[in-house]
Amino acid sequence: MLTRLMAVVTLIALLGTNPALAQSEGAVDAPDAPASDATTLEDILARQRGEDVERTNRAAEGSSAEEQARGMLGTLGGASDSLLWEGLRFGTADITTQAGGPAATVLVQDGGMLWVGWREGPLRTYGGYLLLGTIGLLALFYLIRGRIRIDGGKAGTTIERFKPVERFAHWLLAGSFILLGITGLITLFGRVFIQPLLGKEVNAWLALGSKWIHNNVSWAFMLALVMVFVFWVIHNIPNRTDIGWMLKGGGLFSKNSHPPAKKFNAGQKMIFWSVILLGGSISLTGLSLLFPFEMPMFAATFEKLNAFGIPGLIGMEPFPTVLAPHEEMQYAQLWHAIVSFVLMAIIIAHIYIGSLGMEGAYDAMGSGQVDLQWAKEHHSLWVEEKQAKAQSAPADATPAE
Amino acid sequence: MKAMMLAFLATIVIAVGANAILNQSGFSSEDRYQGEAVRLN
Ligand code: HEM
Repeated sequence: MLTRLMAVVTLIALLGTNPALAQSEGAVDAPDAPASDATTLEDILARQRGEDVERTNRAAEGSSAEEQARGMLGTLGGASDSLLWEGLRFGTADITTQAGGPAATVLVQDGGMLWVGWREGPLRTYGGYLLLGTIGLLALFYLIRGRIRIDGGKAGTTIERFKPVERFAHWLLAGSFILLGITGLITLFGRVFIQPLLGKEVNAWLALGSKWIHNNVSWAFMLALVMVFVFWVIHNIPNRTDIGWMLKGGGLFSKNSHPPAKKFNAGQKMIFWSVILLGGSISLTGLSLLFPFEMPMFAATFEKLNAFGIPGLIGMEPFPTVLAPHEEMQYAQLWHAIVSFVLMAIIIAHIYIGSLGMEGAYDAMGSGQVDLQWAKEHHSLWVEEKQAKAQSAPADATPAE
Repeated sequence: MKAMMLAFLATIVIAVGANAILNQSGFSSEDRYQGEAVRLN
């Protein structure tokens, strides 16, 4: 039974993903005089393209004379194989199982082919190229621009940039994000890159470990996301200095160009809001995946998007608003992965500029103390504010004694 | 450096803690995916 089921699932998978078969769709002739209720190859291919194909429930309506005749000879008595498979495929079969949850009685899920195709195709391809492309661009930037130096030379004195608790939150966020990124990539790419290279045993072991780390480290990421938001949101509200900073490309592309900035410049604000918004979206879909079928969110989201006419704006049909439990999970997985790829690309650039790419930047998150000259070049307004505060503080402060 | 090490330590503690709490409160895969006729362990 199980091997047969696997054979059918594999067959469907092959039909769904094999471009040669998909291309020959037009050439398929309808079989000779199909019985009115029989499923044709055309029907099957149309269903695999996700089209609605009208279907009579043969099991419910009683089978044709031909099938009855076949049934008499068959090992299943009156129930034919095709009827059974049809029942399994369209959810009309009466299935009992000792497994629980909405997934347990669904043995064949057509809609999932679309998801499998996306996950094994464009998601891996474009996601992979996005990350490699980002690394390539950064390498190019490094070759052309080199390390961004402190133009005025080190002052030798330092100024406090981040308090220990801020650095703790940053590293909680960074450590967990990197672990989540690596284990997520292993989950998506293990079968295509690790398995052929190191074998199934190693891949299985890595996949299991990755799942444990990915599921459980997610909480550290979510906690850190909240901490970072609370600590830094006030410094990340866009203001007028951001425009000047942007117009000068942040001074990133030329020496001795240092547009003024407060605590965070416009580039950093973009990083911050990407982390908060994309990280928030990844967290929500991640929770939905962590507690399967408990927190469906796509049907409701699609309904809202439809109400605003968003699909129409990008030339699409309205999104589906009735989704099977599985489909909810499949959309959650795709969205989770797509947004993660985008955030990973952004963060790779952030890590570059926060370490190798700029002299003096790392200290801000390392010791919390940055060189005064670095601070003046990159955050002039913040330094002025901080020094003004420091000067006025002794006058205002009440001595401890 | 100290803040960084503490954060990495916290990541491990949170992960192990989350795993223990979720498993104990009936959120293990076995628990979630058993039917009514199944007795675990
Ligand atoms: C090894 C990896 C990383 C290094 C070396 C690094 C370095 C830094 C440094 C030096 C700063 C302070 C910049 C300043 O003084 O203005 C910073 C800020 C920040 N980091 Fe990281 N970081 C890393 C990973 C991450 C990750 C993985 C995330 C998020 C997922 C992240 C999110 C942020 C945010 C939101 C800020 C504040 C905004 C900004 O400065 O862009 N960092 N990071």
